[in-house]
Amino acid sequence: MRSKSQTTLLRTVGLHAVLVPLALIWLFPIWMMIVFSTQPENAIFSSNLVLLPSDQFANNFALLQADTGFLRTVFVSIVVATVYTVVSVFLTSMAGWALARYNFAGKGVVLAIILGTLTLPYFVVVIPQFIMVARDFGLGNTWFALIVPPLFNSLGVLFMRQSFSMMPGELFDAARVEGVKEWQIFLRVALPMARPTIAALCIILFLASWNNYLWPLLINNRPDMMTAPVALGSLIGLTRVSWGGIMTGAVVLTLPMLFAFVVLQRHFVAGIAAGAIK
Amino acid sequence: MSGVTLSNVQKRFGAVEVIHGVDLTVDDGEFVVFVGPSGCGKSTLLRMIAGLEDISGGEISIGGTTVNDVEPADRGIAMVFQSYALYPHMTVEQNLSFGLRMNGKPRDDIARRVTKAASILQIEPLLARRPKQLSGGQRQRVAIGRAIVREPDVFLFDEPLSNLDAELRVQMRVEIARLHKELGTTMIYVTHDQTEAMTLADKIVVLRDGRVEQVGAPLDLYDDPANRFVAGFVGSPRMNFMAAKVVDTTPGSVTIETDNHGSARLTLPVRQAFQTGDAVTLGIRPEHFGGPDGDGTRLTVNVDVAEHLGATSFVYANMATGEQLIIEREQSRSEMGKTELTITIPPARAYLFDSAGDRIR
Repeated sequence: MRSKSQTTLLRTVGLHAVLVPLALIWLFPIWMMIVFSTQPENAIFSSNLVLLPSDQFANNFALLQADTGFLRTVFVSIVVATVYTVVSVFLTSMAGWALARYNFAGKGVVLAIILGTLTLPYFVVVIPQFIMVARDFGLGNTWFALIVPPLFNSLGVLFMRQSFSMMPGELFDAARVEGVKEWQIFLRVALPMARPTIAALCIILFLASWNNYLWPLLINNRPDMMTAPVALGSLIGLTRVSWGGIMTGAVVLTLPMLFAFVVLQRHFVAGIAAGAIK
Repeated sequence: MSGVTLSNVQKRFGAVEVIHGVDLTVDDGEFVVFVGPSGCGKSTLLRMIAGLEDISGGEISIGGTTVNDVEPADRGIAMVFQSYALYPHMTVEQNLSFGLRMNGKPRDDIARRVTKAASILQIEPLLARRPKQLSGGQRQRVAIGRAIVREPDVFLFDEPLSNLDAELRVQMRVEIARLHKELGTTMIYVTHDQTEAMTLADKIVVLRDGRVEQVGAPLDLYDDPANRFVAGFVGSPRMNFMAAKVVDTTPGSVTIETDNHGSARLTLPVRQAFQTGDAVTLGIRPEHFGGPDGDGTRLTVNVDVAEHLGATSFVYANMATGEQLIIEREQSRSEMGKTELTITIPPARAYLFDSAGDRIR
């Protein structure tokens, strides 16, 4: 007979024996990204496997900056992602609020259309969207075209709708009886209560914009408006690929996201779970 | 301060009519309780008075002004909800002052009202806390406080005590009665608990299926119910009902015989005319059965279960007949362990109902 604590120990050891190698497999590419960002440019092609970092990070970064004006592209990315996140959270919240809390003709149809767009792959949308924005509206190479077309985010709308419809209706009735205006109810009661969901949504939206490669590549070819992922992509030339630069850029782009995730993790998990429970 | 008048108020959800032409007058300063089983429309009626639910027909007036198309905030009402409906991200003080702040009331006026409400409800030490740091009773006080700061003409309570435990419920019930005495404001209170209705109300409105069954002072409803539904709903434990048949009639009185319980016979004074063989229902409250030596028809019942509460006992008898009787006995100790009990039905305490459930007088 094994005691209860022995059984628990065995189970823990067994679980870790499976999970630790899996975690290492997941971490390996990230580790190699860090390693190659600190190695000389051609280390990636060396015949013996390099597993440890070296001291060439600053060098690589200087090359990257010289090739692409990387710092400016990071700044552009930050501006685009921030504006995108703030505006999109506001828009999706308002749409979610309307869908959760008001009855209007055609509400079901609107909801079905929003849900339906979730099933469309982005690549099906992006070409018509490009033709419409660049050719029909003539808005290519503008900040507007860079930020606004991706703003509509059906996942965000559904996310916020779910969050608002789970709040007890009596809260809003109480505010109405007190003479609080509808927009005040939205801003002062509903939005603060949806904070965990909004935090999670912010991360998702910021990340989506931060990582967006295809749309900025298509809609913009002005160098001063180039975003960081596009800048990294430009390092892949026909004859030469600057791996040191790419890896260094990737590290620089990943770190702020990693930091944000760690800081907001609690909200992130709570927000996603809020949609799942009940 | 002002009263509330409903005339022929109706509510339909699509084709389904849930409130069927309710007429009601609530006088200035009166404490009126809407009572009825779940789904009877009492909360809907209250929400219609509040303006949270549109009315499909009729007219509601508050303080003599028709408010059918007036926004909830402009009706001079304040409402306390079953779930308390406190804003979880605000402190108690912010909860109390939120509506006033949003309406641009002057700062010192808000402070005065909040201080006054907090002192009435004795929640001053809680002002800096958030709702999740409060107990159920404290939350309910804050919810009531939020209504008080509005200084309304009419208070509306939607089952405010149903989330509290039994002990706290009694305590808060007393508090609400005290509040009514202190403020003297018109109050309309919805509950399914007839004890709350009996203890709080100046006037009870008994509702069933969206219709008013009877309106009256608590003891009037208890003493003189208009029909079998009200008779069964008011009073705890509920009135006993026994199926019976008319066996003899004389002008001014009727003799009936119960279908069960050993065919007990009873002669009662009635003005209504009857025919032999008519089916009626005999009603008698548990506390009105007499002892073996009392006046009226004697009945021997088999005791199934007895609940001894100390001062009184409730005896559940004759379950086998399908018509269980509940008998209240005051001398509980002497009744313990008996398997048979002889009781009497005093004619003066008996009620008769016809087959439609209406009271026979």
